[in-house]
Amino acid sequence: MAMSFEWPWQYRFPPFFTLQPNVDTRQKQLAAWCSLVLSFCRLHKQSSMTVMEAQESPLFNNVKLQRKLPVESIQIVLEELRKKGNLEWLDKNKSSFLIMWRRPEEWGKLIYQWVSRSGQNNSVFTLYELTSGEDTEGEEFHGLDEATLLRALQALQQEHKAEIITLSDGRGVKFF
Amino acid sequence: MDRFVWTSGLLEINETLVIQQRGVRIYDGEEKIKFDAGTLLLSTHRLIWRDQKNHECCMAIPLSQIVFIEEQAAGIGKSAKIVVHLHPAPPNKEPGPFQSSKNSYIKLSFKEHGQIEPGRVRAVGIVGIERKLEEKRKETDKNISEAFEDLSKLMIKAKEMVELSKSIANKIKEKQGDITEDETIRFKSYLLSMGIANPVTRETYGSGTQYHMQLAKQLAGILQAPLEERGGIMSLTEVYCLVNRARGMELLSPEDLVNACKMLEVLKLPLRLRVFDSGVMVIELQSHKEEEMVASALETVSEKGSLTSEEFAKLVGMSVLLAKERLLLAEKMGHLCRDDSVEGLRFYPNLFMTQS
Repeated sequence: MAMSFEWPWQYRFPPFFTLQPNVDTRQKQLAAWCSLVLSFCRLHKQSSMTVMEAQESPLFNNVKLQRKLPVESIQIVLEELRKKGNLEWLDKNKSSFLIMWRRPEEWGKLIYQWVSRSGQNNSVFTLYELTSGEDTEGEEFHGLDEATLLRALQALQQEHKAEIITLSDGRGVKFF
Repeated sequence: MDRFVWTSGLLEINETLVIQQRGVRIYDGEEKIKFDAGTLLLSTHRLIWRDQKNHECCMAIPLSQIVFIEEQAAGIGKSAKIVVHLHPAPPNKEPGPFQSSKNSYIKLSFKEHGQIEPGRVRAVGIVGIERKLEEKRKETDKNISEAFEDLSKLMIKAKEMVELSKSIANKIKEKQGDITEDETIRFKSYLLSMGIANPVTRETYGSGTQYHMQLAKQLAGILQAPLEERGGIMSLTEVYCLVNRARGMELLSPEDLVNACKMLEVLKLPLRLRVFDSGVMVIELQSHKEEEMVASALETVSEKGSLTSEEFAKLVGMSVLLAKERLLLAEKMGHLCRDDSVEGLRFYPNLFMTQS
């Protein structure tokens, strides 16, 4: 899946692959890493990954530069993403994770906006309809993976703007 | 002497010659007999004696007849001898030079050099080696004693040198008016490279802070010039070596040096002790601003794209230790960032901060 992904300037800067001891410098470095991970996953439509995969992925391993971010530092980047709400561990061992280039709350907002715009409050949708239905083509959330969608709807549920329900052939959601 | 039998002297089958010696005289017990110059041959079977002048005259004793052999040391007017004690002659013995003898032993004396010691043929070699070792040991002892003699002489000379430099230093002190402070310090530093004058010793000032304070003042005077030569900063180990090399005697312990240096700032002397985060200790001139050096370090690194401590040290003409400290300080101040890989530790300008 070799997309024409535009690497940021940091990717070609060797110090990017060494965790910086200076606190202020590190802050900037980690921010750049988080941004890179999210845009990389977005373009490659990768919603989940294992740590092992991550280590060998071109994301953390710049073969041309002969630099790779050590696994301890990768863990630190992932923790930053988790704190920001863009990452969720899928297992206790922290070996695989869900990566959401938009936070669930953000997705929830977009979905709800579309629902309101199209005057479909109080309607019920299946999850499939939302992500793959004709009506949502052209919307950003079209093609969204189920795991992320679910979390987006859970966020709306928290705000009492939606309710996840069980339908005969799967799950669905009712918007208020 | 009646144990001998005449023989042709030819060796029998299986009989081999072990050793032979010329100029051997035989005695019958204590008596000298006519057999005074012959060749003694020791074979695996017999002891043979052949007259040197008359080869026909040849006699032998089977080794089985020999009870035991002993050495008789030489005395005044007497040569060393070998005494051979013999069993009584068997009744059916072949004819020999003597029909009967009252002695049950014979003696052999050696006119020419060397001596046969039957059964201990190799002994001469071992004794020789032992003798050589003894000689060598005595030689070594002698060399060592001589060497220490030279050292004692050197110590006397050194004492004279110290006395001389002390007197010069005192003269400088007295002539304080004619010589400037600057020149005095410079002269003292020249003395320093030869042998320090007035080393501040524990005896003069006692131990403790008084001592360290005096020492600190002395260090300030001594180190000014070397520091200026080295760009205003020196590692404490460099200082230690410099000072002690000059002192020669009355060496400073590391603890005394550190304690004296700790007093530098307190005493408002023109140098100070500085400890970096890494634990490295340096002495810098008060006028030296390491933080300003950082700015120039950044320039140097930027010019070259990136540098290791060694590369930077070489470019700037600093010791690698101090070069590394400067780069680390620059990193701490946010001017540089690091690339740590199998290729080593390199420093880059901190683009994380300067670039978008």
